[in-house]
Amino acid sequence: MQRIGVFVCHCGTNIAGTVDVKKVVEMAAHEPGVVHAEDYAYMCSEAGQEKIHKAIKEKKLTGLVVCSCSPRMHETTFRNAAEKAGLNPYMVEIANIREHCSWIHKDMEEATEKAVILMRAAVAKVNLDAPLKPGESKVTKRALVIGGGIAGIQTALDIAEAGYPVDIVEKTPSIGGRMSQLDKTFPTLDCSSCILTPKMGEVNAHPLINIYTYSEVESVAGFVGDFTVEIRKKARSVDMNKCTGCGLCQEKCPSKKSLSEFNRGLSTRSAIYTPFAQAVPNVPVIDRDACIKFKTGKCGICSKVCQAGAIDYDQKDEIITEKYGAIVVATGFDMIKLDRYDEYAYSQSKDVITSLELERIMNAAGPTGGHLERLSDGKAPKEIVFIQCVGSRCADDRGKSYCSKICCMYTAKHAMLIRDKYPDTNVTVFYIDVRTPGKNFDEFYRRAVEDYGVNYIKGQVGKVIPQPNGKLLVQGADLIDSKQILKEADMVVLAAAIEPNEGVRKIATMLTASIDTNNFLTEAHAKLRPVESPTAGIFLSGVCQGPKDIPETVSQAGAAAVKAIGLLAKDKLLTNPCTAHSDELLCNGCSQCANVCPYGAITYEDKEVNDHGIRETRRIAVVNDALCQGCGACTVTCPSGAMDLQGFSNRQILAEVDAICR
Amino acid sequence: MSIEKNEEFRPKIVAFCCNWCSYAGADLAGSSRMSYSADVKIIRVPCSCRVNPMFILRAFERGADGVIMCGCHPGDCHYTSGNFYARRRMTLLFSMLDYIGVENGRTRVEWVSAAEGAKFSQTMHEFVDKITSLGKNVRLEDLRCRN
Ligand SMILES: Cc1cc2nc3c(=O)[nH]c(=O)nc-3n(C[C@H](O)[C@H](O)[C@H](O)COP(=O)(O)OP(=O)(O)OC[C@H]3O[C@@H](n4cnc5c(N)ncnc54)[C@H](O)[C@@H]3O)c2cc1C
Ligand code: SF4
Ligand code: SF4
Repeated sequence: MQRIGVFVCHCGTNIAGTVDVKKVVEMAAHEPGVVHAEDYAYMCSEAGQEKIHKAIKEKKLTGLVVCSCSPRMHETTFRNAAEKAGLNPYMVEIANIREHCSWIHKDMEEATEKAVILMRAAVAKVNLDAPLKPGESKVTKRALVIGGGIAGIQTALDIAEAGYPVDIVEKTPSIGGRMSQLDKTFPTLDCSSCILTPKMGEVNAHPLINIYTYSEVESVAGFVGDFTVEIRKKARSVDMNKCTGCGLCQEKCPSKKSLSEFNRGLSTRSAIYTPFAQAVPNVPVIDRDACIKFKTGKCGICSKVCQAGAIDYDQKDEIITEKYGAIVVATGFDMIKLDRYDEYAYSQSKDVITSLELERIMNAAGPTGGHLERLSDGKAPKEIVFIQCVGSRCADDRGKSYCSKICCMYTAKHAMLIRDKYPDTNVTVFYIDVRTPGKNFDEFYRRAVEDYGVNYIKGQVGKVIPQPNGKLLVQGADLIDSKQILKEADMVVLAAAIEPNEGVRKIATMLTASIDTNNFLTEAHAKLRPVESPTAGIFLSGVCQGPKDIPETVSQAGAAAVKAIGLLAKDKLLTNPCTAHSDELLCNGCSQCANVCPYGAITYEDKEVNDHGIRETRRIAVVNDALCQGCGACTVTCPSGAMDLQGFSNRQILAEVDAICR
Repeated sequence: MSIEKNEEFRPKIVAFCCNWCSYAGADLAGSSRMSYSADVKIIRVPCSCRVNPMFILRAFERGADGVIMCGCHPGDCHYTSGNFYARRRMTLLFSMLDYIGVENGRTRVEWVSAAEGAKFSQTMHEFVDKITSLGKNVRLEDLRCRN
């Protein structure tokens, strides 16, 4: 028989406000095995843990039930407290009477009744707990960063600076991400590439950083400390070691009609290309869909002009297999597609553009050489209308429910830059709210209004109608003066919502990292563990976790690096001891369990067993503790009931069911 | 025969929630104060694939009026494939239960991610309403188990 202590936490008034904690203590005393029950204001505090310690020692407790917040919050705290007092940490169960009870129920009687039942279920479970001992696993001291935007670059640099090797896997031919497409950046208006290019150079030159561009993660196996990842290095058709980056091939390539991804389709590029001049690595790729040699077998000009002999039409995709201890996801974002926002005439007029397209137009290396001009007729616009929140903060499912966070600020930036460079161009911004929380952000916005005379109108635009004279008629509302507004504009810029990059769901599935309905990766705890995924060993960096600007991205990238370093610095990790085990006497070696185990943890051995005096050799399932992750799939599959899961055994779960249905 | 309608009927509902998604979703419902009926009691399991049909039968035998199993969305299982097994097992089990008189409305599978607190609370609302309308489970209850 166990000697169980029940500890009921008030959590200030969080629990005690709705649950009669004294009653729970009183009821606990009647439960089988319970020899001690008490309540305290904050069980997790030093003083609370001291009480637990004292009770374990004085009452010689063999098991604990803590009725408190979610086990996802403080299970570890209480396990550690138990261990300090000499009790096996796995002899602790938590009854979640906060998140699952006091916080969602208002009626005291009802909530107390439920808390008592949850306590009973936990007591029933502890009664069947057995001491468990975690195993150990090694840590591969190498990190993988998926995505080479500013987030991935910063995380990689920080990890490498701490002395650990890092690989970056970037999907496109160059690292740099969205930031490389921006012209100037708020709130200081420094030029984006001037601050990004040195960082790109730094990662490229860092002896501990290895960059795989034009590559994607193909598969991920293993677990924290010991991931095995397959990386597909797509065929570049150019030998990275030979190419000198002279650019002659790009100049001579006759196939020049492909739309430039980098310029958002506003200009063209050759079939062999680097996305932009400062690309890292400065080695082109051949777009095989556009290349004449690949399409017709003729041409081959690039190979002829290349002095270094770097062109290799026969190059194949290469699969690289590497082991990592930690993985950081930094896959960033894209702008939403605007096909559902036809009222803004984005698909009808070349002069309705997105903010990211405007960044390219304003950039000296962009499609217009940095001249602000209408894409339809090349004329300088005199009247520009910006529409904010296109697809953000959207109540229906056309757009996104969230605020994209960066658009208010970049629109103020765009407005200011235009007024600065083209003082005779009028700029009007339609907004729902202007949101400027951030250091020097509101000052920045006010400069746009006060010093640069940008005309801000609170209200939404209902329709943009292209006119026969080439102008755009903007129909909007001014909510403050409550009047309709009709404005003829030469150019309309849509601050479209941002969303996680496509493909992130696939990555999340491979990593078994959780992801929300908007495809942003979920953090382990929204407040306290914002850069960790709930899946151990996976960290989050940049916009893949939620909208953010560059300063915030960089801070988060550093934080993710620190968490990854903290993991890589360990020599060994303790493994979860809640693993499966098969009962030698019950197992009939049928092989069903091995078929469902996702980790290949089950093998079969011929073992000599003594079944009621009969000695014989039988084929028996054996679980490798180091590989088993404790999902329990095998336990349910086993037709002979031989397989059971420690810490979540059949008997324990049945006891919980019984306690709840009592 | 008409079944007497008892206004005071409070269903007993057992919810199996996987540790990684649904249990966390229930935690989020809690921290966002999205209420649902106190008749729902949650049992934490590592993965929905840990839910043995035996547990569900036992719950009905012990007088549960409804059993719901929640897991990560298909494809998002923490253990890659656990919820696919669970889905198949439950489909079979539920149709068998229906056959022996435990109506399909008394059993449910729902995928709730860690970010879907609202969905968790909404699902529990619906399920409790459904069970309340179905009334007491008498089909499998083992009267010897009654207190
Ligand atoms: C119009 C506009 C203007 C802006 N102006 C400013 C500004 O002035 N100031 C400011 O602070 N912020 C600004 N921002 C925000 C800024 O762009 C972001 O904060 C920043 O780029 C986020 O960096 P990131 O690395 O998280 O994502 P990204 O820059 O999107 O980088 C992600 C990288 O991951 C790669 N990737 C994606 N999927 C995969 C995959 N499956 N496998 C491998 N690689 C993958 C992508 O190719 C990309 O290189 C602006 C944004 C926009 C849209
Ligand atoms: S072979 Fe292809 S990439 Fe090379 S020059 Fe010809 S079209 Fe361009
Ligand atoms: S519990 Fe899961 S991981 Fe462990 S042996 Fe069984 S099926 Fe494999």
